[in-house]
Amino acid sequence: MQQLLQQLINGITIGSFYALVALGYTMVYGVLKMINFAHGGLFMWGAYIGLSGLSFLIARLGHGGPVIMAPVAVIVMMTIALFGVLIERVAYRPLRSAGRLAPVISALGAAFILESLARNLYGASWKTYPPGLVPTGRIVLLENVRISGMQVLVLAVSFLLMAALYLFVYRTRIGTAMRAVSLDHEVSRLMGIDVDRIIATVFLIGPGLGGLAGMIVGLYYGSFDFTLGWVFGLKAFISAILGGIGNIPGAMLGGMILGIIETLGAGYVSPQWKDVIAYVILILILIFRPTGLLGERVAEKL
Amino acid sequence: MVSLRARLRQVPPLGWQVGLLALAILLPLPLNDYYRSVLWRTGIYAILGLSLNIIVGYAGLFQLGHAAFYALGAYTSALLNLHFDVPLVLTWPVSILVAAVFGYLISRPILHLRGDYLCIVTIAFGEVVRLALVNNIFGITGGANGLSGMDQTVIFGLTLRSPLHHYYLVLFFLVLTLVAVRRLENSRLGRAWMYVREDEMAAEAMGVDTTRAKLLAFVLGSGWAGLAGALYVARIPVVSPDLARFIESVVMFCIVVLGGTGSIPGVFVGTLGMITLPEIFRFLKTWRDAWMGGAMVAMMIARPEGLWPSRRIRMEIREEE
Repeated sequence: MQQLLQQLINGITIGSFYALVALGYTMVYGVLKMINFAHGGLFMWGAYIGLSGLSFLIARLGHGGPVIMAPVAVIVMMTIALFGVLIERVAYRPLRSAGRLAPVISALGAAFILESLARNLYGASWKTYPPGLVPTGRIVLLENVRISGMQVLVLAVSFLLMAALYLFVYRTRIGTAMRAVSLDHEVSRLMGIDVDRIIATVFLIGPGLGGLAGMIVGLYYGSFDFTLGWVFGLKAFISAILGGIGNIPGAMLGGMILGIIETLGAGYVSPQWKDVIAYVILILILIFRPTGLLGERVAEKL
Repeated sequence: MVSLRARLRQVPPLGWQVGLLALAILLPLPLNDYYRSVLWRTGIYAILGLSLNIIVGYAGLFQLGHAAFYALGAYTSALLNLHFDVPLVLTWPVSILVAAVFGYLISRPILHLRGDYLCIVTIAFGEVVRLALVNNIFGITGGANGLSGMDQTVIFGLTLRSPLHHYYLVLFFLVLTLVAVRRLENSRLGRAWMYVREDEMAAEAMGVDTTRAKLLAFVLGSGWAGLAGALYVARIPVVSPDLARFIESVVMFCIVVLGGTGSIPGVFVGTLGMITLPEIFRFLKTWRDAWMGGAMVAMMIARPEGLWPSRRIRMEIREEE
């Protein structure tokens, strides 16, 4: 029982990474009806830029501490958000009326550019985050159930961000416009919504969250390499599908569920097969319930 | 009359065909073994490209896990040779069969998915196959190191030893593939594929069995990728799960798309761009992915029909504008 609780805590932590990244996929899918394959690459760049920022600050200040994480996090979010907008402007906007195959290939192309740049600029070796930034203490909940300082931080940040995003999308004018655009571009335009600007906003928020998730993942696991984006990107995409793509609460729910299933699978079945479990879930959902848990029908015939 | 029909079907004149074949036969003779190996690789990937072209180009189904079938073919050939001492030549039909059966089993439940969703499921299947190989499924695949120590290929008493021999072997199968896909393209089935690609509902309304057409595309394309895997084993006595890596699938996908989906000359242009040139310009190797990605983006914006598109597809794409 206690082991199960511990696994659930670990699962929710990993699930909140997936959820943060999945939000980017699902928001872009909502407004453009395309899978932004470059999102995983943006997430990975978040980890690299976070690393550079932290190393730079530590070198400058001569010491590290939890405090320096906040400015670096802001810089990471802003940089990756700019990357996102740039990619949308260069690689996706010219293709908006070009059918469904062209944006998919363009997105894959953008993903390769991001990955190759990271590999060439930072090198193919594993990178390690500077230690000692996050308090290492553990809070003992029960005898064998513990939650680490890192996990508290991860959960607090991601739940805060998700709540903020939820309020933004469902309570503000821009959020309302976003939901309108995801229903129908033409009608939104008639209603006086600047569709291009809304899409650009989506590409500001989604990659911003993804980039921050990259930095948090780097801190949580300690080390990573340039393949990070691909593995996490696919898992996050599975989360988005699981919750119902295009649906923002769905992405959060899907991320949590996938994180929990994966941890339980690794703990009780076999750690080697945990990725296979995630992929099999994806395949089963798409075969039997392509709408996901909360979403609309996706395998529609046009 | 004959010439008109030939022109409609885009068959190059006989002189051209003979000339190109002669060039392909003579080309490796003045080259050293390194460049002969590059040609061999080009041939393997051209076969893979042509097989994927059936699925992506003709039937319009986004398959981004094609490397899994390549790996399945290679592992089948290797396992039969290692455990049952089957001569490599005799494993080839089994490789085709195994890859085709897997193609059937995997595609059957996902045919109703469209576009990018199909693409995601095929990525997931590809990864499942790779991870199963890495995790040493049934204890026979040798885990992350794969299998090694297969025999040399012997055809009619002739042992294939040099890269030149293997190049000619691949060339033989490449020509066979070309004849086969050329005939498929213009067959009743080929027309059904293009109909399904353009408008599935209309195709169904006209009496095309769309499910059967799509299944056949998957089965034929996957089986042929299995053959390419077996041909790889014929020369390289080592197989590893790396054969099924996602990047391999993407390279195959790009071969088809960059040259122009559904276009046979396009597959050769794509192979040249994705395999041959990066092999020759080895010093640019680390930047290969970046240039590949840049080419993909630029291509979709400037020339979505590909570098050497089939006339039919160019007309379809340009007409929509």
